[in-house]
Amino acid sequence: MIEATGIKEIIKPENLVYKKTKILTDNTMSYCPGCGHGTAHRILAEVIDEEGLQSETIGVSPVGCSVLLYNFIDVDIQQAAHGRAPAVATAIKRLLPEKFVFTYQGDGDLAAIGTAETIHACNRGENILIIFINNGIYGMTGGQMAPTSLPGMKTSTSPFGRDVKTMGNPLKMTDIVATLPGTYYVTRQSVHTPANVRKTKKAIRKAVQYQKLDKGTCFIEIVANCPSGWRMAPVQSNKWMEENMFPYYPLGDLKTPEE
Amino acid sequence: MAKIRGSIVVNVDKCKGCEVCMVSCPTGTIAMAKEVNGMGYYYAYPANPELCIGCANCAMVCPDGVITVYKTKI
Amino acid sequence: MEKELRLMKGNEAVAEAAIRAGADGYFGYPITPQSEILEYLMVANPAETTGMVVLQAESEIAAINMVYGGAACGKKVLTTSSSPGISLKQEGISYIAGAELPCLIVNVVRGGPGLGTIQPSQSDYFQSVKGGGHGDYHLIVLAPASVQEMADFVDLGFELAFKYRNPVLMLSDGAIGQMMEKVYLSPQKERSKVIPDWATTGKPSTRERNIITSLDLDPNGQEIFNQKLQAKYNEIREKEVRFEEFQCEDAEYLLVAYGTSARVCQKAVQLARKQGIKVGLLRPITLFPFPAKRINTLAGQVKGILSVEMSAGQMVEDVLLSVNGKVQVKHFGRMGGIVTTPDEVVENLKSKIIGG
Repeated sequence: MIEATGIKEIIKPENLVYKKTKILTDNTMSYCPGCGHGTAHRILAEVIDEEGLQSETIGVSPVGCSVLLYNFIDVDIQQAAHGRAPAVATAIKRLLPEKFVFTYQGDGDLAAIGTAETIHACNRGENILIIFINNGIYGMTGGQMAPTSLPGMKTSTSPFGRDVKTMGNPLKMTDIVATLPGTYYVTRQSVHTPANVRKTKKAIRKAVQYQKLDKGTCFIEIVANCPSGWRMAPVQSNKWMEENMFPYYPLGDLKTPEE
Repeated sequence: MAKIRGSIVVNVDKCKGCEVCMVSCPTGTIAMAKEVNGMGYYYAYPANPELCIGCANCAMVCPDGVITVYKTKI
Repeated sequence: MEKELRLMKGNEAVAEAAIRAGADGYFGYPITPQSEILEYLMVANPAETTGMVVLQAESEIAAINMVYGGAACGKKVLTTSSSPGISLKQEGISYIAGAELPCLIVNVVRGGPGLGTIQPSQSDYFQSVKGGGHGDYHLIVLAPASVQEMADFVDLGFELAFKYRNPVLMLSDGAIGQMMEKVYLSPQKERSKVIPDWATTGKPSTRERNIITSLDLDPNGQEIFNQKLQAKYNEIREKEVRFEEFQCEDAEYLLVAYGTSARVCQKAVQLARKQGIKVGLLRPITLFPFPAKRINTLAGQVKGILSVEMSAGQMVEDVLLSVNGKVQVKHFGRMGGIVTTPDEVVENLKSKIIGG
């Protein structure tokens, strides 16, 4: 392993502040440079590690860029048909109620083909964690428009910009599920700055605790970048995200448990 | 008063050169190398190691978990 | 242990048999003519007795994906539906076959295509036996011809599903699902505590993580996997053929029929024999694997075969393949949800096979 190191005298085990968790495998993640998926995977793996959940976790990966999540997070995983992860997770949790069950889905998976499964799992209050990576585009298939693409956004299937008259407005799934009594904790976060990464990790940790209470669905939307789909460099895409995505998808808690 | 000094280790082969760590570093420790790694990316490295305060911002934002952070009081 | 005798509808028998087989979960959606299965299970409330999960899903698609999730945890799970709902499930079924998961799917067939009719039919044979979903896979297909068999095939279905890590389809129809007959029910089996080593149940330190997927982006790997599946299906063809014969020993003509058509043909055989026609009936019980060898042997004995199905003629193609040109094969069937009568069968046997 080739390493670029700082001051060598400081590099001692007792000085360790941060190291990649072993729950994140050594496989190079298949995501593009700077993609929010990588960061989201990393912190999910960190929480599973810190909470001692590796032997208690069953995850469900989607169809989309993160279909190969099972190569990167070292827990038992089922890969689900496009959009159906909440249904798959419903059965897992109902049959193995002691386990920590999560789905990890993109915007096409959760808000297009999987709209019914998303809404009904939340409506039944399935005791699972749904992680929703929203980058307003279909990355895996080459940059097509998503239900969450912004008005005027140029994609390969909205080459002149999303025309709300013929293509509809962006769908705010998180707002919709927050209105359902079956959801217990609904929040919207991001992972593009250290402060936001820490907040998202805290949200995931909360969701882990809440799942033990059997009080309903936890739903965490992570507004993320897609440098390739948006045709931008990573740092530039994070800036674009702050300026364009956040006004439409504001960060913060939409629903928290009554104190 | 003791000064906090940090030191990062970058797994050069796994870095994808996204630069998000560089932008998140508060002290200007990190820069992108002028040569590429095995994957063809200009990898990140601690260009000014004496500036590092071990805040771990870089490791926090790294999508690929290639950075390990150490810190001590001097 | 004693079996319990009851008078039940076919649909109810499936539901009761599922509970007694120690099923872990049922995920279904209402559709005529099988909604009684879900209703019976809700009333029986096995959550209180065996802990079995019963869930009305939001769609047939959601239900089959719940089955996928449960099966991937190594659990005994099933779903039931009727023709249009089974069409919806096809992607999920392909995934289940591609991930080599065990489960039971019941199709209580109604007339099609499209929304069709609610009366019985046998027009889902192609869908069940030849594909339905995408890719090179097969379901083990069991065809009950009585309420008793609808009950018995639940346990048999699960047994075969877990033996081969393959989905099993019970291909019934609206007549058998709705009719009431005597049925002997097996005693309650305990829900299994055995966890298959491939199941996702939480990765302990003693093994690698289990991944349930049907994806392999490496074509070489995917070809090897497909060869493995084909080898499995060949083993199933060798070992799991089931059929029943009725008066075939001295038969000069043969009827081939399954399910409700077989019941009709049994009467037709009796009627024909009274008229001096020596006809027998071969009733396939497994449609996959098809009793091709036996039909081929009988083809050497008889002067003609009439394949009787409530459809435009689907199983007849497998009969033709099995016979391989040895003797003439014709099809007779009513469609649109109309049930064939024994007299019609005898008529058609005479006009299509004996006369011609």
